Amino acid sequence: MKPLSIIVNGIIRQNPTFVLILGMCPTLGTTSSALTGMSMGLATLFVLICSNTVISALKSVVPDAVRIPVFIVVIATFVTVLQMVMQAWLPGLYAALGIFIPLIVVNCILLGRAESFASKNGVLASALDGVGIGLGFTAALTIIGSVRELLGAGAVFGLRVYPDSYAPLVFVLAPGAFIALGFIIAAFNRLTNKA
Amino acid sequence: MLTFLAIIITAIFVNNIVFAQFLGICPFIGVSKNLDSAVGMGAAVTFVMAIATAVTWVLQHLLLEPLGLAYIQTILFILVIAVVVQMLEIVIRKISPALYASLGVFLPLITTNCAVLGVAIIVAQQSMDFVTSIVYAVATALGFLLALVIFAGIRTQLAMTDVPRPMRGVPIALIVAGMLAMAFMGFAGIKL
Repeated sequence: MKPLSIIVNGIIRQNPTFVLILGMCPTLGTTSSALTGMSMGLATLFVLICSNTVISALKSVVPDAVRIPVFIVVIATFVTVLQMVMQAWLPGLYAALGIFIPLIVVNCILLGRAESFASKNGVLASALDGVGIGLGFTAALTIIGSVRELLGAGAVFGLRVYPDSYAPLVFVLAPGAFIALGFIIAAFNRLTNKA
Repeated sequence: MLTFLAIIITAIFVNNIVFAQFLGICPFIGVSKNLDSAVGMGAAVTFVMAIATAVTWVLQHLLLEPLGLAYIQTILFILVIAVVVQMLEIVIRKISPALYASLGVFLPLITTNCAVLGVAIIVAQQSMDFVTSIVYAVATALGFLLALVIFAGIRTQLAMTDVPRPMRGVPIALIVAGMLAMAFMGFAGIKL
């Protein structure tokens, strides 16, 4: 595959959120605003690029029987690095995303890409796959966050669109996460003519 | 006693792990197509969550905190959970083949159920004592079981309705889950 097509593949054809329906917990839990959604996406992007690259580099050394525990340790290591970096430089954001940062470890997208792509392809291709899938995830979370913030708080990225006294708060709360994501996936299905 | 009751009701209804905390959504969507597997998954999660929380609590308080190693919490906890799940699988297969037959298929999936790691981390962050942690873990898992059973009941009905094409499958399931979450918000007013 050409480098560009690997990236496009991750963003559209195999979009982790809308097509593969993976990583639902952070998708629902951190998208109460566009900014938190995008930050969560970027945090996952960082871990995904690092873990894909390292796992791909290690693929000939790691015995097949213990590959899953090895993948998990590699992913958990980069999540710990991310936690330390965010605690040091972005404490506000770290507090806002809360438990979903350590929970990147159990995000099925990471283990899924390790198993289905990085353990079978070269280092460069795996890094690019991490970029593509990570950007796809970031884009999805930013879209969902924007929709929820617009409907629920009358703003996008904090920029006021209409007065928040008109906004139905439920879209920022838990039920709105499920309902908004349901309709966005349905719209994506319709647009890509998958259904 | 009363505080335990408050913890249990809060964890099951007011702060339900699926509808209010967004943890364990993957099995919630994936294993809720029929009632039997929903009950099996819920029971398996309850089992693993109680044991994993007990083990991680001991490690957190006897190993990580005294040695100042709190930063390796994430790596250690996920490894412990993976090991606990693996050992449970072996033990259950030896002790009770019947239980293994009903829970066995769900056990490997639980390692990556973020609710288990989530509860272990929440318990450590809020520095609950040992008994409170176990009560909280079991009650949270029962909340997960409740959510899964209700949702499976609705989905078996949903399978027979005519849903617009692009909405079939996950989208309509998410919207139904949203309505359930709205119903659960009704518990939010309860002060305990």
